Order: sequence, then C-alpha cells, then structure tokens
Amino acid sequence: MRTVLAIGVIAALGVGVAQAAEPAKPAAKKYVAPRTESGQPDLRGVWNYGSDTPFERPAQFKDREFLTPEEAATISKQIRDRSAQIEAGDGGTPIDPTGGYNQFWMDYFGQGANLRTSLVIDPPDGRLPPVQPGVKVENGGLGPDTNGVRPVRFRVGGVRKDGPEDRGLSERCLMGYSSGPPFVPSLYNNIVQIFQTRTHAVILTEMIHDARIVPLDGRAAIDPRLTQWSGDSRGRWEGDTLVVETRNFTDKTTSFRGAGTGQDLHLTERFTRVGPNRVDYQFTIDDPTTYTKPFTALIPMVRAEGDLYEYACHEGNYGLSNILSGARQDERDAAAKQGDSPK
Amino acid sequence: MKLVAWISLAGILLAGTAAAQTKIARTPDGKPDLNGIWQAMGSAHWNLEPHNAAAGPVIEMGALGAIPGGLGVVEGGRIPYTPEAAKQRAENNAKWLELDPLVKCYLPGVPRATYLPHPFQIVQEPNTLLMTYEFAGADRIVYMNRPGSAAQVDSWMGYNLGRWEGDTLVIDVTGQMPETWLDSSGNFHGPGLKVQERYTPAGINILMYEATITDADVFTRPWKISMPLYRRLDRNMQLLDFKCVEFVEELLYGKYRKAQ
Repeated sequence: MRTVLAIGVIAALGVGVAQAAEPAKPAAKKYVAPRTESGQPDLRGVWNYGSDTPFERPAQFKDREFLTPEEAATISKQIRDRSAQIEAGDGGTPIDPTGGYNQFWMDYFGQGANLRTSLVIDPPDGRLPPVQPGVKVENGGLGPDTNGVRPVRFRVGGVRKDGPEDRGLSERCLMGYSSGPPFVPSLYNNIVQIFQTRTHAVILTEMIHDARIVPLDGRAAIDPRLTQWSGDSRGRWEGDTLVVETRNFTDKTTSFRGAGTGQDLHLTERFTRVGPNRVDYQFTIDDPTTYTKPFTALIPMVRAEGDLYEYACHEGNYGLSNILSGARQDERDAAAKQGDSPK
Repeated sequence: MKLVAWISLAGILLAGTAAAQTKIARTPDGKPDLNGIWQAMGSAHWNLEPHNAAAGPVIEMGALGAIPGGLGVVEGGRIPYTPEAAKQRAENNAKWLELDPLVKCYLPGVPRATYLPHPFQIVQEPNTLLMTYEFAGADRIVYMNRPGSAAQVDSWMGYNLGRWEGDTLVIDVTGQMPETWLDSSGNFHGPGLKVQERYTPAGINILMYEATITDADVFTRPWKISMPLYRRLDRNMQLLDFKCVEFVEELLYGKYRKAQ
C-alpha cells in the first residue's frame, strides 16, 4: 500500500529529495568499517532504507545527478510542509480517501540523507530502461481494481474480488509491499536487520518477517527447478563490500515493480559500510526477458534506533476475509435489488 | 601400588573418552558455536505426552497420513493441567483440525517451533542470535545483552532474552500471544506463558534441548520437556521456502469465493 502512496506523494510534490545530513562529498579520508570477530566488515544491526529521494529522476532535473545542499534543504522543507498540510486538513486524498495514512505512519523523510536527484544511478539519466516489447506491466495500487488477469504479481490492490488469488501479494500476506528483494523505500517500515557469521549473512526484512539466508561459503547454486519467493542467494566479499547474487525466483512475483515475472531475474546487491551509522545498499536488476537493459539503484541506509519487530501479517489478515465477503454481500444486495433471490 | 596405577589409567581413559564425546564447536570468544541447521526427530509435535500410533484425519492420505506413536517428552509423563484447563485441552483435542492454529499456517510460537518436523537455523552473533524456522518462515531474534528488559508488545514468537550458563544457551521467552498451541493434540497455554529454554551441546552435531513451561492459570506447577536436536548434515543443507500461507487460502477464504 505504501509503495503506491509514496509514489503518489512524491509525484504530487513534483520532487522529493532528502535533507543533507551526511552530504555526499569527495571523501577526505576513506572510512574503514569495524570488523566482526571473524574479520569481516561489520554490517550487523538494524538499518532503515527509507528515503524521500525519488526512485527515478524527475524530468525537471534533466541530466543533473546532484542537488546543492541548499536545494535539497528547500525541497525537503516543501515535502514536510506539504505533509503537515495534509495532516492539518480533513485527512482525505484521492488515493487515501479516509486519511487513514496520516503523519503517524510517515517514516521516510530524509532518512538516507542523499543529494542525488534519483535513487537510480544507472542508466545515467536516472530513469528505468524500457521493458521488452510485449511484457506485461501492471502496478495495482490503492485505487479501483485493475480488472487484469491472474496470476496477480503486483503487491498492492487487486484485479477483482472473486477469490484470494485476485488480490495483490501483500494483501495476501505473501510478500511485503516494499521488502523486495530488492527492497525499495516506501512510506514506512523500511526496516531490515543484517546478521553475519563467518559462513552466512541473513537479510531479515521486517515486512512479512522474511529472512533471506545468504551462504558465504562458495557452495553451488540449488537446482534450477527449485524456485523461492525471495530467490536463492549466494554471497561473497569483494573487498569491504558484501555482494549477494540471487536467482531462482518464482514466476509468482514481478521482475521489478509491476513488470514481467521474476523467473529470469538475476539480482545483484552490494552492501558497503560507509560510515559508523550508514550502509550503502546498491542493487542491479539484470533481466533481459523483462527489461531492455540492466539498471542499478543506490539507497543509503541509516542505522535505525530500536528493534526490528515481528510483522505477523497472515495471523491477523481480517482484511482479505472482509474484502471477499464484502464483495459477496454486494452481489447479494445487487441481486436483491433486482428482485432476484440471491444464490 | 599396581592397583592404584590401574585405577589411574582407567581414570585417564575414561576422562579421555568423556572429553572426546563432548568436543563441541566454539566461537572465537570461546562460547559454544551453535551455528547451523537443526531439527528434532520423533513425534513430539503430534503430542508431547506418550501416545499410541493412530489413523490420521484425512481418509485419502491412508498410511501416509497416520500419526506415529511416541514415548513422550514430558518429564513425569503428564502435563499438570488445572482441572478447568484439562477440560479445555480435551475440547481442543476433540476439535483439533478446527482449532489448531498451525492448520491455518499461523506462526507456531515457542517451544512448538523447535520440534516441528521442519529444520531451523541458528545464526549466532556475540550479542544477538537469529533463530529462523522453515515452517511459515518464523523468526526469533534472541538478545544476549539485555538482561531484565521486557517485551514492549506481545508477539507470536515472543520476546527472547538469552544468556550463557557455562556451555548452555538459556533463553527466557515472554510476551507470547496466547493463541499458540504446544502440539497437534490440543496441548495449550494461556497469556501468562513463560518458557525457559536450554540448549546444551552434546557433541558437534547434537544439542540437548529442554524447555520449562510456566503458566499458573493453566498448569498447577512448572513442567519440563526435553529432547535432542540433531544437526542436518545433508550436503549443502539449506532452509527452503515453506510459505504455507499460500497453501491454506482455500481453507481460510474458499467460503468467500464468488459462485461460478
């Protein structure tokens, strides 16, 4: 839900760029990450990948890669002011008519402290490359159902309400709406905890408590016939960067956002500790079946205060029951109105 | 003199054997290294108490769906329910499939997660352990450095505080949701549940597991279960998806489908 909202909010504001708490300047001295007991760069802890930098570069910035700190501060203030206005009003917006998602939920302002004009850093124009001809692109969203066809691979919204398979993956509590992989910033709950041992790393996203276990011991990939919702990951250290390569995705998720399927997706993620409280998260989507070119995004993550909590989605999923049973009630009501007896 | 020598020699041999048996993996700081993928065997997940083999509930599953017998893992053989709770347990048992939260793919809670017939992985850092379970992708974060802190909110997998007692990992689990069960025979607990788990290495590939279960509203006294956990030695062993949410959609939501 919040991915869509985040896109909506940022689109409504025209721009969205973080404040400059940790501006990207030419480094005077190279930061050296502390080491774990087994000598690896220490990536452990709870990290927040929230950001108000737009994923793709807004048209007005053309080929500009960075803002000045002053511009960033101005834009950041605009975002906060606009958000406060929404809060002070009657709460409704076209995509959130009840105003349910008020300021309480918002947890993305300036988290990544980023002067970039987009999270996409390659292609150099900061825009996603076109999808291959004929590839299905369906984004879902908080608005009306799309009336598309199953299988529904997007996360929020649905195509109809005939059965659970008509709803997005996050409404079914199968996948978080922003937790990937790769994870991308949304309005809130942009929380990931990294665990490390000599032989394994684990990337635990708060959304849907998904622990992606990454062997670092050079073992072979699993059989190509095996597919996993979050893919199958293998990791290695390249200098001080943890590189995680993931394949074996299912055809039940998209390649990225609303496009294609994950079947042929090759995801590469790079985790680099660049400061005491910051890890740069960079990911590359390489999926020639879906996209005409690979693309790469860079998301600065900041250390989160507090714990990662259990997100037990399915156990309390009254929403899905209510959506479906509500639709059946609507049908009965409509039938009664026409004088027919309900089935 | 000769006798003394023999006794000494026997002592040395015995000590040597004992040391060899309890050789365990250790982390650089000398603590037991529990990293790896573990799994219980046996049928405690069906019923913690002694039970005979029985037919399963799904006729089509035949012998494959039948429930194996078990010697029981409860110290003393019997769970000390209060009379009222014993009635509830009997009702749970009678309405097993309707009431067992695992049928619905809910997070299993502790200790049930430990002895499900699925592997789980321990990822051990000095200050934090992650215990991640194949079943429903359940996870617990165990904090090793915050004694005395309390759960800020209840959760299905509880608030987990760990510490070392010698070579034993002790985890106190509080703040669990009251809805979880202890097995598939209706054994249950209430909101007052406290679980103390003890994981003690008994060699490189065996962890001895104990859990002491306290809930004054349901049990007349604390009681204990124990069983070994075995390291999964399969080549390239790793946890795989068991995202059972997808497998229970027809069960939970089928009744709301649009009529065809």
